[in-house]
Amino acid sequence: MNLVKDNKKMRIPYFPGCTLKTTAKNFEISALAVAELMDIELVELPRWNCCGTVTSLTSDDLMRHLAPIRNLVRVEEMNENGEIKDEYRLVALCSMCFNVLKRSNLRVMENSEELEKINNFMYLEKDYNGKVEVIHFLELLRNIGFDKVKEKVKYALTGLKVAPYYGCLMLRPKEMGIDDPEDPTIQSDLLVALGVETINNPFKTRCCGSYQTVRDKYAVAELTYDILSRARKEGAELVTTSCPLCMFNLAGRQKEVMEKHPEFKPMPVLYFTQLMALAFGLDEKYYGFDQNYIDPRALLRKKDLLN
Amino acid sequence: MAERKISVMDSVRKASQSVIAGVDEKDIKHWVEIYIMGKAYKVPADLTIMQAMEYAGYRLVRSCGCRAGFCGACSTVYRKKGEYKLQTAMACQTRVEDGMFLVQIPFSPAEKPLYDIKKVKYEPFVLLKYFPEISRCLSCNTCTKSCPQDLQVMDYVQAALKGDFKAIAEDSFECIQCGLCAIRCPAEIVQYHMAQFAMRMYGRYGTLRDKNVEKRIREIEKGEFDKEFDRVMNLSMDELKKVYTEQQNTREVY
Repeated sequence: MNLVKDNKKMRIPYFPGCTLKTTAKNFEISALAVAELMDIELVELPRWNCCGTVTSLTSDDLMRHLAPIRNLVRVEEMNENGEIKDEYRLVALCSMCFNVLKRSNLRVMENSEELEKINNFMYLEKDYNGKVEVIHFLELLRNIGFDKVKEKVKYALTGLKVAPYYGCLMLRPKEMGIDDPEDPTIQSDLLVALGVETINNPFKTRCCGSYQTVRDKYAVAELTYDILSRARKEGAELVTTSCPLCMFNLAGRQKEVMEKHPEFKPMPVLYFTQLMALAFGLDEKYYGFDQNYIDPRALLRKKDLLN
Repeated sequence: MAERKISVMDSVRKASQSVIAGVDEKDIKHWVEIYIMGKAYKVPADLTIMQAMEYAGYRLVRSCGCRAGFCGACSTVYRKKGEYKLQTAMACQTRVEDGMFLVQIPFSPAEKPLYDIKKVKYEPFVLLKYFPEISRCLSCNTCTKSCPQDLQVMDYVQAALKGDFKAIAEDSFECIQCGLCAIRCPAEIVQYHMAQFAMRMYGRYGTLRDKNVEKRIREIEKGEFDKEFDRVMNLSMDELKKVYTEQQNTREVY
């Protein structure tokens, strides 16, 4: 592993994805800032395109894998033209992007005939040579060591009770998951380093409703209600995630939850990187709290964690 | 015989001779065979596709415009004998090649949404609102490969998914609206209309207004040029021709 050596900055290709440029800007802003403080430079992939949103499971529809593979080609290009030195890992923040990129990568690596077909289709362009490894930002932090994260903490988030929520995309299927698919701890391991009191929500890997949210928002609101009520019952004050779709369903759908369950009190949902930015004592502009569906600032002030 | 002095015309003649190194004049092909909608024609090898069609007897009413590669009216789809790839080009900008199967595409029946630029909100998702098909992009890059202007078409469609107006405006700047990208796109995206919409939005909301343009608009509105316009409008045909010729001679035409 290419860890931080001699205080030199680690330069590593990074795939943002469309959501991080639109409705989840707060995820990107906070992540880039905390990475920088940890001497990691996340270098945005040049000319990146859609990750391929939602892995296609059909056996014969290879067209759907063009988008993810094309992004992996860009990583190889970055190495070839010297933009990056010998760094074939590609970091994703959005769980969906991570899932799609990694699964397509694994798929073509296991099936050389499919890779050949895709390369043939992309005639006149560069082939994908299978050198890339797709990793999640959480994985990168774990590789570096959460103790290193702890060293950077300026204001420990003592007394804050957080229930991390994982959903499915970074865990399943287990061949590509970054943690135990049934009982993941990677987020809480990180949050503990920030001084947070982590709450184990038994519903932490339950389905958030995913894209059903487009078809039937009230069905998804029921799932949100279950997940958040359980987190609160366990003592949590806020929930963290690394998936903009989970964010939309868990936080954005609280409006519909309250329509159906008037007794439900709003609960802030944050990206884990926002809490890191807060604990690292970064400037307020890197928190991006103003873009959260449920504003967490009142709670954080009450806890004396924010001015 | 006294040695003849090399005249200017001689050097011009020499310069326009074939200069393919190591190839005998007799081996150079002066005539090629092309197929216009399946019918074979022998045409001079140095013609453009458009000239070749006219040479063959076609009178182009549509699919022909500026003849200078700017207007995007003369979209051509062709295939070369022995190849399977369908290729695209501008008929006025591409030289005929032996064994070309040619057809002109005078019009793209692509959808074009109506919008009032003053009322459209400058926000990322507005692109998806007017052009929802962009979300069907699979990044196959067929559009890029069909672009006669060599634009990175797929890249600007992808930029649209991120709501990056600036990137779309810059990447599509040289678009001539020929419509070949849309004709070839398996996702039925109308790349060029989307790009023009984005360019207009970026121009109106994303960039600083130019002070000189505003000044000139005020001058126009005040009627400062009305007198000159009236003068030109009232000229006779002969006077108008004279003025036009003078104007052409005094200005750089590009």
